[in-house]
Amino acid sequence: MSASNKVPTWEPPFSFTPENLAKAHKIIANYPVMRRASALMPLLELAQRQNDNWLPRSAMDFVADMIGVPRVQAYEVATFYTMYNKAPVGKNMVRVCTTTPCWLRGSDDIVATCKKKLGVDMGDITEDGQFSLHEVECSGACVNAPVVEINDDYYEDVTPEAMERIIDAFKRGEKPKAGSQIGRQGSCPEGGPTTLKAFTAPDQGGE
Amino acid sequence: MPKLTIDGNEIEVAPGTSVLQACEQLGIEIPRFCYHDRLSVPANCRMCLVEMERAPKPVASCAMPCSDGMVIKTDSEVAKKARKGVMEFLLINHPLDCPICDQGGECDLQDQAVAYGMGKGRYGETKRAVPDKDMGPLIRTVMTRCIQCTRCIRFAREIAGVPDLGAVHRGEHMEITTYVDKAIASELSGNLVDVCPVGALTSAPYAFAARPWELRKTESVDVFDAVGSNIRIDARGGEVLRVLPRLNEDVNEEWISDKTRYAIDGLKRQRLDRPYVRKNGKLQAASWDEAFQAVAAKLAGLDGSQIAAVAGDQVDVETLVAYKDLLTALGSANLECRQDGATFDAATRAGYIFNTGIAGIEKADAILLVGTNPRREAAIINARIRKRFLQGGLTVGVIGEKADLTYAYEHIGTDGAALLKVASGEHPFVQVLKNAKNPMIIVGSGALARADGAAVQNVARNIAVDNNMIREDWNGFNVLHAAASRVGALDVGFLPGVGGKDLAGILAGAQSGAISLVFLLGADEIDTTKLGSAFVVYQGHHGDKGATRADVIFPGSAYTEKNATFVNTEGRPQLTRQAVFAPGEAKEDWKIVRALSAVAGKTLAYDSLAQLRARIAKQWPHLSAIGDATPAVWGAFGVAGPVIEAQAFVSPVANFYMTDPISRASATMARCTDTFLGAAEGASAQARTGTHG
Repeated sequence: MSASNKVPTWEPPFSFTPENLAKAHKIIANYPVMRRASALMPLLELAQRQNDNWLPRSAMDFVADMIGVPRVQAYEVATFYTMYNKAPVGKNMVRVCTTTPCWLRGSDDIVATCKKKLGVDMGDITEDGQFSLHEVECSGACVNAPVVEINDDYYEDVTPEAMERIIDAFKRGEKPKAGSQIGRQGSCPEGGPTTLKAFTAPDQGGE
Repeated sequence: MPKLTIDGNEIEVAPGTSVLQACEQLGIEIPRFCYHDRLSVPANCRMCLVEMERAPKPVASCAMPCSDGMVIKTDSEVAKKARKGVMEFLLINHPLDCPICDQGGECDLQDQAVAYGMGKGRYGETKRAVPDKDMGPLIRTVMTRCIQCTRCIRFAREIAGVPDLGAVHRGEHMEITTYVDKAIASELSGNLVDVCPVGALTSAPYAFAARPWELRKTESVDVFDAVGSNIRIDARGGEVLRVLPRLNEDVNEEWISDKTRYAIDGLKRQRLDRPYVRKNGKLQAASWDEAFQAVAAKLAGLDGSQIAAVAGDQVDVETLVAYKDLLTALGSANLECRQDGATFDAATRAGYIFNTGIAGIEKADAILLVGTNPRREAAIINARIRKRFLQGGLTVGVIGEKADLTYAYEHIGTDGAALLKVASGEHPFVQVLKNAKNPMIIVGSGALARADGAAVQNVARNIAVDNNMIREDWNGFNVLHAAASRVGALDVGFLPGVGGKDLAGILAGAQSGAISLVFLLGADEIDTTKLGSAFVVYQGHHGDKGATRADVIFPGSAYTEKNATFVNTEGRPQLTRQAVFAPGEAKEDWKIVRALSAVAGKTLAYDSLAQLRARIAKQWPHLSAIGDATPAVWGAFGVAGPVIEAQAFVSPVANFYMTDPISRASATMARCTDTFLGAAEGASAQARTGTHG
């Protein structure tokens, strides 16, 4: 589980901004009238993006009331999915995958680097509110393990050095290049293709 | 019609039947936790696994529809092994605290672990623990015991219509919770305890009171509303410890309201356990003989017209008939059972009963509610309307208070004018009624208790006649009473006779001195300050308003303490059976009347309950058809007259939890009032009846 269980005692009131309200109505219109409840998940995501990347109960209530489902149903959905954050998170959310393939490929070192670099423990937010560090179960990109999700992007084939570089870039307010950090294209083998070379262009490692 | 083979037996079942239901039809027991006949099927407990030929793995029989040529094995090695596995997993996180669990002895998990489990656990690691939830004053939670069958969530959403329960988090961390830590605001919440297959949700007032095998079980009926829910009274020694529902598809299915289930602690408080006679302005304990003599001496000098009787909401038919016979012998026609002051026309039976029957609601496709809040007046009937509503194709219109009834409805208006608009056909809702196949009107007792009650009854009758509600095969005119005794009393004519006075007349007579002696049969809801200087004889079981005003008190029996007949709002006579003895010197009610009649020199012609019932059966044969609602013949009723247009319809039940002497004396009901209606209401409700402290 991510940092979702620490529900704060105080929660700000919530309502959509005018732009997001228009977006919300567009989302709702995607579903037949009898299936309005299906809009719950995209609306929760919209609410989370508006609210510094976390969902207070007031936002869940607002969304539930908006599409006419019981409030508890929004709460059920929000607590079921780990990508809805039920407590405040940092501006940049660092989620390190520690499931077996990433672990075998050295995620322990990545975790240690993050902890050292950010000065926080798993589930905590840095004092300046810029970063929060989380552990996630399989991110689904095992072939490029170890994997770190930061906000909406995947940083793959991460090494401790690469991790430091990435965090430094974020600290400077930049957005480092996502994807493989060792130059692999997609999930091609490291150093280019090893089979079927006859069919690939020379610049991609073919003959 | 799919034909399948189960354990070598061929069976043909209706399309849509699940394998589990087909097994039940063959009498084969399938263990289950999440599956419940009346709830949706989530198939998440996996306990009902059976082996199906040509299927790669065992299937959940509750969610598998029967199809042609299926071959099911319920007792094969595969099925047995699958159940053992499921049971082992269920028990991984279930605490072994059966000795301190209230569900012990009637626990599905316990029973099924014995029948289908391993006999020995292999799990040596730490079990998970779950924080308990606050679900209000009626339900005690031990959430660590929860096996996540989700029956409670489905009950709350589907039957009770209060979607406050949910399952939050996931996997190992899943928890059942209320949103957010709030009491379940439903009149049916006690049923959560019944649907819970383990000891996660148990009855709070009954906590640690008894084990099921210690209890004496008595089948009876409920008297807290006019539904006549079938109940089982569990008692130990002289104490009623709990009330559980009994299955009756025609009345309450398998649910009962919270008042039915939890008001029983009121049976132990404020009881009248010996006769009292007022001497020098103070009620003083007396012997039965003294009490009878006091009344007989008073009766001796009186003409029949100076005597009156008012019956309350929980009086049985036998007592009513005995009193009617006694007053007739004394020459009095001043009888009144409508202590709410209603004056509607009770000459035609079809004019005051729930003609379609409660089960008839399921056939209706349009319902017009007039002056009633069924959720408060008859929670079980409201659940039936909701059940019908969820099936789709039902339109409900409401004239009266705009309250949350747990289903959507069209609010036509609140007052008499709205009723007249529907009657005249002006309101568009009339089209709904006209287009319906089986339209129904439900008139609340509050609508008939107005000064213009007879006219309202007449207008309602006209609406029924004009909108295709009265046919050979369908009588959609329904009156929903709030009092258990009402229909029985109307049936036996506990009403003003020729030249007799109604409630207003009796009270006016008492104030003017024209009436010198008033019998109150558990009548606590009348304005006792209006009884003037009349000599008041109160017969009942609780020291409520009526007893406070009385000059002589005859201690009677509550419904758990006597064998008696009650007629529900459908006109269905049902029997209560004695579960415990009445406290102290209190007696069964009809016997008190019989004894009084002898002292007064007007001895009634029956010496046993059997003789009294024979007397009733002779004059009102339909009252001896116990359990059957005898259909009433349609006829003319009601009095054409002006309906007060500006007067709003008000439900007779303002606080569901406190409607009668028993529930007003109940500490549990007081706590519910505090929780659900606010502390102010709870405190004032207690102060009003003097049952606090």
